[in-house]
Amino acid sequence: MRGRQQGGGLINPRWFPRWLKPVVHAACLLPLVWVVLAAWQDRLGANPIEAITRFLGDWALRGLLVALLVTPLRRFSGWTAVMRLRRPLGLWAFAYALLHLLSYVVLDQYFDWAVIWGDILKRTYITLGMASAVILLVLAVTSIPALIRRLGGRRWVFLHKSVYLASVLGILHYFWMVKADTSSPWLYAVCLMFLLVLRLPFPHRRNPALKS
Amino acid sequence: MLIRSLARWMERESAVTPYDDYLNRRTFLQGTAGVIAGGALALGSGRAQAAVSRPADGEGLAVLPGVQESPLSTSGETLTPYKDATSYNNYYEFGTDKGDPVRYAASLKPRPWTITVDGACAKPGVLDVETLLGMPLEERIYRLRCVEAWSMVIPWVGVSLKAVIDRFQPLSSARFIRFETLNDPVQMPGVRRAVLDWPYVEGLRMDEAVHPLTILAVGLYGSVLPNQNGAPARLVVPWKYGFKSIKSIVRISFVETAPLTSWAKAGPTEYGFYANVNPAVDHPRWSQARERRIGEFRRRETLPFNGYGEQVADLYKGMDLAKFY
Ligand code: HEM
Repeated sequence: MRGRQQGGGLINPRWFPRWLKPVVHAACLLPLVWVVLAAWQDRLGANPIEAITRFLGDWALRGLLVALLVTPLRRFSGWTAVMRLRRPLGLWAFAYALLHLLSYVVLDQYFDWAVIWGDILKRTYITLGMASAVILLVLAVTSIPALIRRLGGRRWVFLHKSVYLASVLGILHYFWMVKADTSSPWLYAVCLMFLLVLRLPFPHRRNPALKS
Repeated sequence: MLIRSLARWMERESAVTPYDDYLNRRTFLQGTAGVIAGGALALGSGRAQAAVSRPADGEGLAVLPGVQESPLSTSGETLTPYKDATSYNNYYEFGTDKGDPVRYAASLKPRPWTITVDGACAKPGVLDVETLLGMPLEERIYRLRCVEAWSMVIPWVGVSLKAVIDRFQPLSSARFIRFETLNDPVQMPGVRRAVLDWPYVEGLRMDEAVHPLTILAVGLYGSVLPNQNGAPARLVVPWKYGFKSIKSIVRISFVETAPLTSWAKAGPTEYGFYANVNPAVDHPRWSQARERRIGEFRRRETLPFNGYGEQVADLYKGMDLAKFY
């Protein structure tokens, strides 16, 4: 791809120290640790179940956006090795989405399957969330190396483009849920649009400063 | 880990309320403030002991003297902890997060405060909050059911709305009553954003307004209202979704037609004028069949008219409540 050559020089494309992955994993674990601790200490306010569900939903979406940041980062910095963070970040986003879903099923509805099923069918925002979660599940499963090989690169890439759809559905899910104040879902939507714009092809521009 | 906090919430559900705290502090305070409040507070025995309690953690709000308990109070419910009732609020004039009101409402100045009363009445005028506070105050323990499917039990202090209305002698042409909240960007950071069409407007049919359960509240837990709960005076209509119980009222008008209320304007298919608590009529986007009582783990069944059907169902005889939601 053309992007690979752009903006190089600031960083060694292969730079990937040993500590980087553990640090990224630790960082991704932090929100979870925080919320478990806060629940343990009863610091989540009057409605802790709502607080947990929302917190996990927020981090699922943030995780997706961070994972979507990897490719543009490579494109604009020339740091090729950063791509090795894309899979763990995507899986973390999935993990938060799964926990968010579990929080709804276990804490919010307490396994009331009749209500849950009704919600999925009748409540648009739950339907949208469910669709997003199903896509993320498929993507998570197909990022197992053996399955990637089985699928073949091209089909895998095509399939994994649906991460954009999952993000859009996740954000719509949020839009549909709020009563009047759409500022937070808008913020996510603008971030996603920005990340998509960063992927648009653009005319190759030479920057003399970078050539030296 | 989660298990432990779950167990904690369930424990809260059953027995642990700050009730005893309040009672202890009350006994203590009674000694000091006995001269002013003693007689009325110590009224009766047994339940009267529990009738008036106090805010926790030195909130420093003025204690309302002479509060009488009322037979119209809901019995057999565990009160929502004071801290929860005053830190988990929907009051969009201070922000849309439920933690915003307690964070930002300090800028509201609830004294001096007057309520303009106008419209179809013989004696329009101005109602000073001090006048309201001087009326015989009652404690009313009511369930509060939010349209978002959570609920609380709150010991309000106030006067029946009818007693207030009577002072202004509404005409027979007054079929509805319209309420308006303060709309001041200086005191209320939330109104700088057009989340709703400010000022917040609510309304009742006249027979709903003069129903004995409908009150104008000036306090909760024995003290004056904290700002985030709608100081200095707010409506409480226990059989309707919480958004009907408009806060920090500055204007009351007697009108001939149903006022266009804020949420009905913002989402006409989702919020109606009546907004009676009704487990059989879902919000288009979520179920109203059950609710989470704050402090409890499992959801509980929502009751028609929030459990006040015996007193109020007659008001809606012959009406299709799915149509007039
Ligand atoms: C079956 C799947 C899902 C279900 C049943 C579900 C359910 C919910 C529920 C019930 C809420 C509202 C919480 C409350 O107000 O009490 C919520 C909020 C939210 N969900 Fe989901 N969700 C699902 C999937 C997802 C996915 C895949 C994402 C992200 C990609 C997501 C992101 C969010 C966000 C951002 C919020 C708002 C959080 C906030 O208010 O701060 N959800 N979800």
